[in-house]
Amino acid sequence: MEIIMAFVCGFLFMAAIYLILSRSLLRIIIGTGLLSHGAHLLILTMGSFKGSAPPVLADGVTDFVDPIPQALILTAIVISFGVTAFFLVLAYRAYQELKTDDMTLMKGSDDNE
Amino acid sequence: MNNFLLLPIIIPFFFGMILMFGQKKLAYQRITALFGLVISIVCAFALLATVYENGPQSVTFGSWPVPFGITMVSDTVSALLVLTTLILAFFIVWYGFGSIGKQREQFFYYPGVMFIITGVNGAFTTGDIFNLFVFFEVLLMSSYLLIVLGGEKAQLRESIKYILVNVISSALFVITVAFLYSVVGTLNMADISEKITEVNQPGILTVIAVLFLMVFGMKAAIFPLYFWLPSAYSAPPIPVLALFGALLTKVGVYAIMRTYTLFFTHDLSYTHELLLILSIITIIAGCIGALAHFDVKQIIIYNIVIAVGVILFGVAQMNEVGLEGAMFYLIHDMIIKAALFMLIGIVIFVTGTTNLRKMGGLMKTYPALGWFYLIAAFGLAGVPPLSGFIGKLLIVQGGFQAGNIWTSIFILASSLVVLLSVIRIFIYAFWGEQGQLSKEINKTTYNRLFFPTMLLVIVSIFYGVGTEWIMPFMEDAAKILTDPSIYNDAVMKGGE
Repeated sequence: MEIIMAFVCGFLFMAAIYLILSRSLLRIIIGTGLLSHGAHLLILTMGSFKGSAPPVLADGVTDFVDPIPQALILTAIVISFGVTAFFLVLAYRAYQELKTDDMTLMKGSDDNE
Repeated sequence: MNNFLLLPIIIPFFFGMILMFGQKKLAYQRITALFGLVISIVCAFALLATVYENGPQSVTFGSWPVPFGITMVSDTVSALLVLTTLILAFFIVWYGFGSIGKQREQFFYYPGVMFIITGVNGAFTTGDIFNLFVFFEVLLMSSYLLIVLGGEKAQLRESIKYILVNVISSALFVITVAFLYSVVGTLNMADISEKITEVNQPGILTVIAVLFLMVFGMKAAIFPLYFWLPSAYSAPPIPVLALFGALLTKVGVYAIMRTYTLFFTHDLSYTHELLLILSIITIIAGCIGALAHFDVKQIIIYNIVIAVGVILFGVAQMNEVGLEGAMFYLIHDMIIKAALFMLIGIVIFVTGTTNLRKMGGLMKTYPALGWFYLIAAFGLAGVPPLSGFIGKLLIVQGGFQAGNIWTSIFILASSLVVLLSVIRIFIYAFWGEQGQLSKEINKTTYNRLFFPTMLLVIVSIFYGVGTEWIMPFMEDAAKILTDPSIYNDAVMKGGE
């Protein structure tokens, strides 16, 4: 199971890096979304898939999954959600002001002011 | 009181929250922000005294036993950095009254500053690797706000790049923590350190060490990962730039310092050799940039890169003298970079341009500014009675002790380039014919900008002249960095 998940994470990272290296800003943001999905899946995988019951105390259950990676993922999800929301609004605003979504045109020279 | 070490984090956070109300009342915003910082500075002083007298303090939230709860640890290293952060924030906020502009002040500028201080102080104080990630995000999100606040075209353009780089490095941080968790099975920093000592750092942990170097190196702007910094830092207004230049990269440097002295100390010939080589190339890259530009902001920004290289060179030596020098230089650099950014902010305000070629002859009209700039420039280069001297001396001494003769001589030579780059600003802007002058100069704004800057330069002079008083704190800090067992014992006992 861990091997499969490692391949899935690797594929997500590959797609994310490909999208981040593209020219359009929206593709880049989609890339960062895939990157955080990959990172979150990786935490889950690295916590290992031992145990079968969800980490909630119940009578007669002893075989819990590791609860720590789930807490870490939950934290990382909200953080990346906040950052992505900010990034999307920033991209919208930059599109209005700079009139382009092409990263190669967003150069820091005086002519572009 | 055991919770005392949390006050420098909680107080700015609290004031940040109450500053969210009453956005339009400027007087309320300014006075509350300064008041909050003054209280925090008093607490940080008291914390430093406590830590110095009683050894490292630690508190584990919720009274959980140690590796299970989140631990906050304050040793001399972090207490010194927290105090410096708050003092710099105080001067920068004060400086901002004259230059940040009403519209920004009325739109969550002060809460942004308070939350960035919360994040920085939290990152300096935490004893849990995932909590470090969370505090990084706190300070990064506030920095996203501050870098884009105002919405000029240059700010929008550069903040997109800045956010993208930091999103990637945060994802990398999460990945690295996941790998580390799968190997050692814990998140508490003292516990990780002990577990790594037990297994004697096999190959996988060296890989994780290099991953950490990439993550923190991206925040700290070391050689192959510094390309975002010059353009991103040229976008925001001067007080924000001073805040970023003084604090943000230094958090990355601190994190490298902490992980490389606490966790990864068993394969020095690989990890620390890599750090050494990267720090040298970082200095070269910074020197080239600092000499190549005729833009005052860019020159000082590239000097940040050089200083990061020098501090990490001290860390890479892994002996007590080298680490002591690194601590000395770290604090010196935070103070002097804030002072230099504030000084060139005044120069830009007076001349109305950032281009050195258009400036000239300011010495006749603004002699005090000229002399204070000269003192700060000499301090940055490390001329003996001033603050940059002793740190670099100890770093080079550490380099000689560790047998890195040629690289240590190289560090000394780089000081000349640093001196040349900042003196060039002095020669072009203050000597010669009268150059361009801004039309909007008024005396009150100038005084408002100049007064906090002057005080900060005087603080940096005291830091250099009063080395005798500061020495014991630095020795204590270096002792903790060289011997992880002091840190580990303090955490393991503190939580009982």
